Amino acid sequence: MRYLLLGINHKTAPVSVRERLAIPESRLPEAMRRLCEQPGVEEGLVLSTCNRVEVLAAVESDSADLRTFLQDYFAIAPEEFASHLYEFREHEVVRHLFRVASSLDSMVVGEPQILGQVKEAYASGRSIGAVGGHLDALLTRSFAVAKRVRTETRIGSSSVSIASVAVELAKKIFGSLEGKSVFLVGAGKMSELAARHLMAQGAGSIFVSNRTYERAEKLAQRFSARVIRFDDLHEKAGEADIVITSTGAPHAIFRKEHGKQFLQRRKNSPMFFIDIAVPRDVAPEMNELDGIFVYDIDDLQSVVTSHVADRQREARCAEEIVEAEVIRFTERIRTREVVPTIISLQEQLETIRQAEIDKVRGRLGELTPEQEMAIEALSKGIVNKVLHAPISTLKSVAKAKARETTTVIELVRRMFNLDRPKEDADKEQEKTTEVER
Amino acid sequence: MPHLWLRVAVLFYGCALLYALGALLGRKTVARGVILPIVGTAGVFHLVSVLETVLAADHFGVAVTYQYQSILALLLMIVFFIVLWRYRTTSHGIFVFPVVFLLTMTAAMEHGAPELFSPLLRSSWTYSHIVLIFLGYAGLFFAFASSLLYLVQERSLKSKSVGGWIGLLPPLAVMDDIGLRSLILGFPFMTLGLIAGSVLAQESYGAVYFRDPKIVLSLLMWLVYMFLLFMRWMSGWRGRRAAVLSSVAFLSATLAWAANYVSAVHRFVER
Repeated sequence: MRYLLLGINHKTAPVSVRERLAIPESRLPEAMRRLCEQPGVEEGLVLSTCNRVEVLAAVESDSADLRTFLQDYFAIAPEEFASHLYEFREHEVVRHLFRVASSLDSMVVGEPQILGQVKEAYASGRSIGAVGGHLDALLTRSFAVAKRVRTETRIGSSSVSIASVAVELAKKIFGSLEGKSVFLVGAGKMSELAARHLMAQGAGSIFVSNRTYERAEKLAQRFSARVIRFDDLHEKAGEADIVITSTGAPHAIFRKEHGKQFLQRRKNSPMFFIDIAVPRDVAPEMNELDGIFVYDIDDLQSVVTSHVADRQREARCAEEIVEAEVIRFTERIRTREVVPTIISLQEQLETIRQAEIDKVRGRLGELTPEQEMAIEALSKGIVNKVLHAPISTLKSVAKAKARETTTVIELVRRMFNLDRPKEDADKEQEKTTEVER
Repeated sequence: MPHLWLRVAVLFYGCALLYALGALLGRKTVARGVILPIVGTAGVFHLVSVLETVLAADHFGVAVTYQYQSILALLLMIVFFIVLWRYRTTSHGIFVFPVVFLLTMTAAMEHGAPELFSPLLRSSWTYSHIVLIFLGYAGLFFAFASSLLYLVQERSLKSKSVGGWIGLLPPLAVMDDIGLRSLILGFPFMTLGLIAGSVLAQESYGAVYFRDPKIVLSLLMWLVYMFLLFMRWMSGWRGRRAAVLSSVAFLSATLAWAANYVSAVHRFVER
């Protein structure tokens, strides 16, 4: 049993290629079914998000060809995607999958969506039977690793976009945003996004204002907000807890003296100015007032940058966790690989032993209990001594030298004549799974 | 061994303090999962030691005068856990743990039974005076700690360098709320405690006691306390101004405490 993975992601392929290989969610089960029909493929999983398409399979031998699958499924010439493709085998697959699930391979490192997407693919793969024991072990382990990364590092804890940083800062000032009022001065994509984020976090009433009244009304419709006339701006701004400005005014509209008035009227209750306009709408001196916090676009950007750096530092810790988990997991599956052979070896010798005892018993006639015990002990002792060397060799090879494992298994099976007719092997397989459980 | 449990508590407080200092100096975060079990255990031993003293003294008041530092420290810990339960923050520990450690340590190092200097100390007025004042102190201490934490957080937001351990402090609004509430809750206790003290002094010394440094400082502290409460209440003073004022209030409270050593009328244990 081998793991094989073929894929493209945002690092290796431009969107023009990714979009051609993307599979909509509704067609995923069918794609997985087709994947499992490929010769040599035992189990398969297809993951398709906007940043990656990955085909994962547990294969019988190296002969299984996932490229042909891609080629056939998408009806696309190999040269069109071959250069963007990456291919992983064995422990590389384990590492890659652990990294993907932990969001270390994402465009925005630490973003939480990818784990959910992998889980969805896993669930649909399981429901149609494309994911069985081998992929199940790998995938459930990858979820555990992702969880470990999330709890042991702070990879996903900081905001890395302007709008989410604005929300984070507002929460640092106001605690809960429940019932806080937002004043949106001027229209703009980024300021509206910030307002939406704030409202999603519970900010209550929202006012809008714009130099041209009609545009303010349009804006108000989008937010179901109240319109404030631009002339009443300074009258009303003091009532808002959070003011987002993005007008095209050539000079600052809010100056320090306005801030003083606001504070007096609102009994020094804090205010947060988010100034996205260039040139700035809020005079920087405003920040000197106790209780008023002014962040301009550069301030927000620098917070984002420092958070990105934080994430990269945390990502390094996460990589270490992943590396340790890869070693643990591959060791586990390697030892698992030799378990069936060990069991059939034990069974084989046990059958021989029983047969020989039966033979000798016919000749010896009635035996005393002591004699019975002596024969049992003697025969068991010999069998165990004979078994010791091959079993420990199998185990140690499985742990340390992955490449030789198949050869050694093959050798042991042939030497002890373990490969019997198919029904026997099937029974044995059942026992193996029981033992593993 | 009257001090056994208290010493155990001191040991745990010391461990918590060492761990917190080590983590902060090593620029790491103080893990709640580590610090809370330690101080929790310390708190339980501390409580046991106070209960034991109370039972052994056969009279609550005697125990109070006997181990007043230990009881003040226990009150601070109780408030700390109330704040933790209500606001889910351990930030005040930065100020609470060192003070609690010092108070319990001095209490644990004292030997023998107390020699009560004055027969006054046996009156129940005295006991209520002490406990009330302690509750007032605890309120003032938490207001002071909150306003310093507020200040630190405000500075970091203003200078736009959010992150590091400062980034882990609770929001400004939460600090403000804790500060205001502890002021409001502490004030009546402080006032009643001072009234009880005045009644006592009036009865035993007459009018002379007004010139005693302890009394003057206590009065000053109370005035600052009231002014602080008034300004916060009426004009929403926060940040720097509140921090300065509560520092003054806290400093005068500490001086009033220290004045025990120079006061002629307010010495309860012979030294």
